[in-house]
Amino acid sequence: MPNLKDLRVRITSVTSTQKITSAMKMVAASKLRRAQVAAEEARPYADRMERMLGALTASLPTMDGAPRLLAGTGADKTHLLVAVTADRGLCGGFNGSIVRETRKRANDLIRDGKTVKILCVGRKGRDALKRDFSANIVDTLENLMKTGATFAVARDLAGRLNAMFEAGEFDVCTVIFNHFKTVISQETTTPQLIPFPLPEAADEAPTDAAAKAVYIMEPSEEEILEELLPRNLSVQIFRALLESFASEQGARMTAMDNATRNAGDMIDDLTMTYNRTRQAYITKELIEIISGAEAL
Amino acid sequence: MPDKVQLELVAPDRLLIAEEADMVVAPGGDGDFGILPGHAPLLSTLRPGTMDIYQDGKITQSFFVAGGFAEVTGERLTLLAEEAMPVAEIDRAAAEDRLKSAREAEAAADEGTSKVAEAERITAEAMLAAAESAGKGRT
Repeated sequence: MPNLKDLRVRITSVTSTQKITSAMKMVAASKLRRAQVAAEEARPYADRMERMLGALTASLPTMDGAPRLLAGTGADKTHLLVAVTADRGLCGGFNGSIVRETRKRANDLIRDGKTVKILCVGRKGRDALKRDFSANIVDTLENLMKTGATFAVARDLAGRLNAMFEAGEFDVCTVIFNHFKTVISQETTTPQLIPFPLPEAADEAPTDAAAKAVYIMEPSEEEILEELLPRNLSVQIFRALLESFASEQGARMTAMDNATRNAGDMIDDLTMTYNRTRQAYITKELIEIISGAEAL
Repeated sequence: MPDKVQLELVAPDRLLIAEEADMVVAPGGDGDFGILPGHAPLLSTLRPGTMDIYQDGKITQSFFVAGGFAEVTGERLTLLAEEAMPVAEIDRAAAEDRLKSAREAEAAADEGTSKVAEAERITAEAMLAAAESAGKGRT
């Protein structure tokens, strides 16, 4: 028969676990709300930027003179994968799905004979990837998003990528992050940042007639592109960070909600066992007393 | 022809204003330019400076903008600024601090980072200038 004291200890411990998970859920929920607002407020800038880039590249006669951020280095040898994960765990499959995708991509590229470099954003990604790819990880950035993604962080990261690209450290850069679909579902997306793929819609008949308008360029088209592209890189990274942060909070909230529920179920089970056992002890003692009395 | 310009000022983290104006003067990379309704399509870079919104011949609002682009399409003017804030909200002391640290960074910068440091110093200078001109009773 299970020991009553053991059961009591277990119930207390599960209860305190439940308190922690439910607190984490609350924290994630409030961070999520803020993250969602931030992601929403960042959307206009990214949209306008895309439209401007579309207008610019549509009027670009050929790709020959285009800046390298757009045209690429012409080679396809070294790939940089930027894996955006969280710094902390306990958020369900959030980090796992990024790691899985990164590993798959890296393996595919290596099989094709390419050189792979990995830049980890977030500690969890590094922890999981260093076992198989410790030689490929160029750096890990930690604690970028304690309270949320800021544009300054995105700009620094973009500047760094740009410098690496200029130095010829890679030819193609792809970022791997979780796209925030709903609170309970994230989708791992892998957009290519460098060279930046042109928005498809600009080539086909544009719905916005203004997009086809002939612009006065001030200063020259090349100079504008030269400035616009690095900024676009920052914006794309900013978007990825925001999405990732919102996804992380969503994933954590869901995971902690499940954990809280499971803990509740477990407490119910344990309490039931505890009460049964207690009754059994009482019955047993009564039987002993009665049979003792009868024996006299 | 429309008689108002649809103005949008967007920073990376939020949309600052979206309203109609009679005229907008923006600090273009090659010099300030004014946008009136019906302006020809224009794409321009922005240098750090002050953007003024005119209503009925008077400046009603001024914004400090740094690093970005302006796009004009007929009746719409979109300003994308990496930094933007109302001139009245600039903190003089903070701007001075920023200029000071920017100067130090520029002095310490090497080949690779000097461009970034210089851009930062110019931004800080423009910010301070904007704050000063606002302090002189310019509305």
